[in-house]
Amino acid sequence: MALFSAATSTATVLPRNLAFASSLSRSLLRSPRFLSFPTAPRNRASVSIQAPRAQAAASSSASFHGLCYVVGDNIDTDQIIPAEYLTLVPSKPDEYEKLGSYALIGLPASYATRFIDAGETKTKYSIVIAGDNFGCGSSREHAPVALGAAGVSAVVAESYARIFFRNSVATGEVYPLESERRICEECHTGDVVTIELGESRLINHTTGKEYQLKPIGDAGPVIEAGGIFAYARKTGMIPSR
Amino acid sequence: MTLTEKILAKASEKAQLSPGDNVWVNVDVFMTHDVCGPGSIGVFKREFGEDAKVWDREKVVMIPDHYIFTNDERANRNVDIIRDFCHEQNIKYFYDITDRSNFKANPDYKGVCHVALAQEGHCRPGEVLLGTDSHTCTAGAFGQFATGIGTTDGGFVLGTGKLLLKVPPTLRFVLDGEMPNYLLSKDLILQIIGEITVAGATYKSMEFVGTTIESLNMEERMTLCNMAVEAGGKNALVSMLFPFLLQDKTSVPYEPVYSDQQASFLSEYRFDVSKLEPVVAKPHSPDNRALARECKDVKIDRVYIGSCTGGKTEDFMAAAKVFLASGKKVKVPTYLVPATQKVWMDVYSLPVPGSGGKTCSQIFEEAGCDTPASPSCAACLGGPKDTYARMNEPQASSLLSIKVCGCEYYGLLVQVCVSTTNRNFPGRMGHKEGQVYLASPYTAAASALTGYVTDPREFLQ
Repeated sequence: MALFSAATSTATVLPRNLAFASSLSRSLLRSPRFLSFPTAPRNRASVSIQAPRAQAAASSSASFHGLCYVVGDNIDTDQIIPAEYLTLVPSKPDEYEKLGSYALIGLPASYATRFIDAGETKTKYSIVIAGDNFGCGSSREHAPVALGAAGVSAVVAESYARIFFRNSVATGEVYPLESERRICEECHTGDVVTIELGESRLINHTTGKEYQLKPIGDAGPVIEAGGIFAYARKTGMIPSR
Repeated sequence: MTLTEKILAKASEKAQLSPGDNVWVNVDVFMTHDVCGPGSIGVFKREFGEDAKVWDREKVVMIPDHYIFTNDERANRNVDIIRDFCHEQNIKYFYDITDRSNFKANPDYKGVCHVALAQEGHCRPGEVLLGTDSHTCTAGAFGQFATGIGTTDGGFVLGTGKLLLKVPPTLRFVLDGEMPNYLLSKDLILQIIGEITVAGATYKSMEFVGTTIESLNMEERMTLCNMAVEAGGKNALVSMLFPFLLQDKTSVPYEPVYSDQQASFLSEYRFDVSKLEPVVAKPHSPDNRALARECKDVKIDRVYIGSCTGGKTEDFMAAAKVFLASGKKVKVPTYLVPATQKVWMDVYSLPVPGSGGKTCSQIFEEAGCDTPASPSCAACLGGPKDTYARMNEPQASSLLSIKVCGCEYYGLLVQVCVSTTNRNFPGRMGHKEGQVYLASPYTAAASALTGYVTDPREFLQ
C-alpha cells in the first residue's frame, strides 16, 4: 500500500466531517456506495478509532504530493492492466511487484507520455486524474493492485465503476477520490499536485488552481489501515492474529 | 420490495430492506476461476490461516475457464493452484481439466463459468451468487441475485460465507412487443446500453420485464443479464416466468420470486421491441451504438462467435441459421468458440431447424468457418499471446486504397473484428489498436458472409 506523509489528526478530522455532512444528500444521490455509512454518528465512530494515530502528529493531515498523470473517461480495467498479465497473482509478493510494472500499459498509443518509463518498474506519477467511470469493465482486483504496486497513492476521478471502487477500498491499495467537477481537462500530465485528504482538496501547483473533492467518508480509515482485513483487525471486528 | 431487495432481505434475515441499506448477506454460492481463484485463495490463507477450512465446501464452485489452452506456464500454474486447493478442501464442485491437448478427455471440464454455472444447476431463483468475475450478473436470468466481486472480497467469502453489500436501487426495463425474427437479445441489451451509457446503471440493479422478455428462452435471458455490467450494473434480474427445467440439474429446493406489485423503482425505461433494428457497438465502447446497416461500409477482417455472452448453443444455432439461409461462404476468417463442452456437443449433434437434419458444425464447415475450438473464454479477453483467435496484430493484411481526384492513396487498415462478445474497450481482444464491433450472432454471421458489418436482414427474410 502506498505511504502518505503523515497520520490523520483530530485537528483535520473536524472540517472533514463538516464537509461530509454538508454534501451528504448530494453524495448519497450521486454515488450510493458500499462502505460510506451515511450518518454522522457512524462517521464519528470511525474517526474515534483513529484517535491513537492522531497523537503522533498534532496538526498535520494525510496528504499526497507528486506528479499527476491525466487520463479521460471510461478507462477500463483492460487499459489499467491488460488481460495477458492476469496470470500474475497479486497475493504473491514478487508477482505483486511485477503487476505494478504493467500498470496502465493498456492505454492506447495516443497517450504519448507513458505512465511508466521504459526500463522502469515504478511510475513517477503518484496521482492519477481521470474522468467518468474509471475502472469500468472486469472485476479484476489486479487493477487497483497494479496502480498501488506501481506507486500510485490516489486516483481522482469524476466517478468510478462499482467494483473498482470497492476493490480499491478492500485492498487499501489506492484512495479512489471523487472530484466535485471535471478536472481531467484542466490538469495535465506532469503537473505537480497535492491532495489534502482532511480538507478534501486538490491543489494543482503548476496551474495554481484548487479543486474541491468529495469526502472519502468511512472508506478512508479502511484504506488507511491497509484494506478491510487490516481495518477489521485494527478495530476489533475480527480477532488479531 | 423489488426482486433484488427481496432476495437480499432473505439473505440478510431482515423483514424489510431499502436501497442504500448496508447488510451482511449470507452467500448461497461462491464461484471463482483460474484468473481470480489463486488470488482469492492467497487472501483466504493469509487472513484465515494455512490450515483454515472454507465456510462450506458444497457452496464453493471452482471453474477453470479463462486461460486453459495455452502454454503460458504461469497460467497453467494457476489452474494447478486451484486444483490443489480444491483437493485440500474437498471442494464438491470443481470442474477440472488435466489434459489440455484434448478437452474431451476431461469429463469434468465445463468451460466458461457463467454458462457452466447455469448448466450445472448452480443458478437458482431467490439465492445469492457471488463470483470473482464481473459477468457473474448473467445468473440474474434465473432470478438469482448475482454480482461480481474482487479477490479480497472473494477471500473473505471463502472464510465466512458472508459479505457486506449495499442494497442497490432498481432500474426497470419494460420490453414489450413481438421480437422481429432478425433480432436477438444481444440487440436488446446493446440498445439499452446505448441508451443509458456504460455508467448508466452504476451501483444499480437492472430488472427486465415485459412481454418480449417473457417470450425469450433462458439463454437469451442470460445474454441480456450478462451485459448489465457493461452499463455499470451491480446485478440484473429477470423474474422467473419461463418454465425452464432446473429439476434435473439441482436437488436443492427453490421457489420463484418476483418484484412486488407496489415495489418502488428508481426509474423505468420502455421499449417497443417490434420497432427495433439490429445494432452494433462500435469501437471502443459498449455504449457506442449504431444501427448495423449504418456501418455497412466498415470492412472487417475477422468474425468471432464465442464467450459467455455469445457462445451458447442458441448463439451458434442463430449463426447457423444465417449461413444456411445464404448458402454462401464466409469472406473473412470466422472463429467459433463454444462456451462449454456441452455447447460444443450441441454444435456437433443438434439438428438446425429447416436444414434437413444438418448440425451447426456441418453448416459452419460448408460455410468455410474455422473448426469450432476447445471451449473456454479464449480471445474474448485477449489472454496470453498464444490464445486461439487472439487479435495479435495491430494491422490488417489488406491494404486500404482510396481514390481522391484520380490519385490512389494507400494506407494500412487497423484490424477489425465483429464479435458476439461483451466488451470492445481498447485491447480487450488482444492488440490495443485492434477494433471490435460488438454484435448479435445474426449480425456476426451476416458480416462474415460479406466481409463488411452487415444487417442480418440481408439474409433473413
